[in-house]
Amino acid sequence: MKLILIFISASLINNFVLTYFLGICPFLGVSNKTENALNMGLATTFVMTLTAAATWPIYTYLLVKFNVPFLEYVAFIIVIAALVQFVEMYIRKSSPTLYRALGIYLPLITTNCAVLGLALFMVLREYNYIESIIFGFATGVGFTMAILMMSGIREELEFADVPRHFQGISITLIIAGMMALAFMGFAGLIRG
Amino acid sequence: MVDNTPTLWYEFKKGLWQDIPPFRLVLGTCPTLAVTNSVINGVAMGLATLFVLICSNLIVSAIRKYVASQVRIALYVVIIALFVTLADMFLAAMFPPISKALGPYVPLIVVNCILLGRAEGFAQKNPVMPSLMDALGIGIGFTLSLAVMGGIREMLGFGSFVNFKLLGEWFEPWIVMILPAGAFLVFGGLVALVNYISHRKTAAGTNP
Repeated sequence: MKLILIFISASLINNFVLTYFLGICPFLGVSNKTENALNMGLATTFVMTLTAAATWPIYTYLLVKFNVPFLEYVAFIIVIAALVQFVEMYIRKSSPTLYRALGIYLPLITTNCAVLGLALFMVLREYNYIESIIFGFATGVGFTMAILMMSGIREELEFADVPRHFQGISITLIIAGMMALAFMGFAGLIRG
Repeated sequence: MVDNTPTLWYEFKKGLWQDIPPFRLVLGTCPTLAVTNSVINGVAMGLATLFVLICSNLIVSAIRKYVASQVRIALYVVIIALFVTLADMFLAAMFPPISKALGPYVPLIVVNCILLGRAEGFAQKNPVMPSLMDALGIGIGFTLSLAVMGGIREMLGFGSFVNFKLLGEWFEPWIVMILPAGAFLVFGGLVALVNYISHRKTAAGTNP
């Protein structure tokens, strides 16, 4: 039951993009085409799940055990960077088609704040191993959902008559604000 | 503008308007949106970023000739992470309430695109002095932007400014401004305002 709760909470109610403002850079940068957005979302979900699976043991069995939790930022960012690198190498070898689709997005994921944020929140909330993996996956699903919806709206927006000064980033942010308002409706899901 | 030997003053001042980070470069948006529900939080976040930016720019620029280009990004990230850890511990020791309010967003400075962007885009190609000025300009520009965002949201959301009650009892606070949605709306509006001012400048032919 708790696992379902974590999943719903991380993907809908506390959507990383729309309530914690994590992962805004790719959210704004790669959301102009639905196809790109979907690929970016999938790649990020994949890396997020792996990150949760990899950082949890490192934090619990290395940093806490040797009493150096203050090294967590350095340790986490190195793990994430290494992970992204390995995933990139593996995909390039195993599936060139997938690599062509995801290739350019993979390096960007290293500096996606949502990935590091996920590792930090995981530690802060003291999840156990299974919960952490679910949390990582759910966060990725939430990110994919948000970026996909945004790209859909932006494709329609190309035909809209936006005032000149609001064109580009500005109107995108205002749409994101409205999406955040809509997502607040999910908050009622868990209270009861 | 196409000066081949930009002065130190130019490196400093470009961060204040021409390349002001959140509005023009659209970098570092996460902290801009997340911590600006009050002026104090915004300024604290800005100053922490300024500190890390100065230190990382200095070091990256000082070692730029000794770093193999294949490992540079990883190295920069580690340098930035070290200084962020320092800033985080300093805040936690000296200003516990602010550190608590900022929460996990202080460690998230590590992945603030501004830092890696300046290291990669400026410090690794320039000597120490211009890098320092660049860091100061961008950092102060960033702090100012956060203060403005925080000011608008605090004013509309609580009716106060730096915890000082500004608007009277008649003012009904706009709760939405404190919530995440308000952050997006204010940010979008400010970007449009910056666009508007620079469009007008261009039209008047006074663009520097």
